[in-house]
Amino acid sequence: MARIAGVDLPRDKQVHVGLTYIYGIGRALVRQILKKSGVDGTTRVKDLREDEIVKLREIIEREHKVEGDLRKEVSMNIKRLIDIGAYRGLRHRKGLPVRGQRTKTNARTRKGPKGMGKARKTIRTV
Amino acid sequence: MPRSVSKGYYIEPRLLSRIEQMNASGGKKILKTWSRRSTIVPEMIGHTLAVHNGKKFLPIFITENMVGHKLGEFSPTRFFKGHGAAKSEKAVALK
Repeated sequence: MARIAGVDLPRDKQVHVGLTYIYGIGRALVRQILKKSGVDGTTRVKDLREDEIVKLREIIEREHKVEGDLRKEVSMNIKRLIDIGAYRGLRHRKGLPVRGQRTKTNARTRKGPKGMGKARKTIRTV
Repeated sequence: MPRSVSKGYYIEPRLLSRIEQMNASGGKKILKTWSRRSTIVPEMIGHTLAVHNGKKFLPIFITENMVGHKLGEFSPTRFFKGHGAAKSEKAVALK
């Protein structure tokens, strides 16, 4: 069982896809990691040898910020903006787009489902 | 896109010189400024600057976390007072 950074990798996926199940690792990082470790990305996760798993785990945990740590960093960055009272912080607080997009229409990703009013906060998980 | 590093950060020269003067003399006065585009630099920490928002000057106390942001980010130019006429008390709360 391949368990890296507290996440169980899907057994039947190829490694280059399976690794993206870790928060903070996407296709681009996977490419770097595989190159560095010398593991073939097209092997299935269940077929990985033990030493390959160890190698992957070592690289990921040593060189990359993933999962809990990364989530914490992101939320700390947002919290900082809110605490210092910057415009971007106000936008985060109100749940509106932060980077100057229009809000007359669209912006549904930030605002949640149409016409939900204040209740939307309980549904949306950020 | 961020500003080119080779240019360095921008700060109104007059504002910077006034702050340095204040640092040298140890004075603590609220400086009024229109220069919303100026970057907040470490020299400003601990001062209170009144930044114009187009209508009036909003006092902003500069802390360490604010360094690197622009003054204008802390002086909102619009205040959303809600829709409809009935919500006037809420509008007052937002000032």
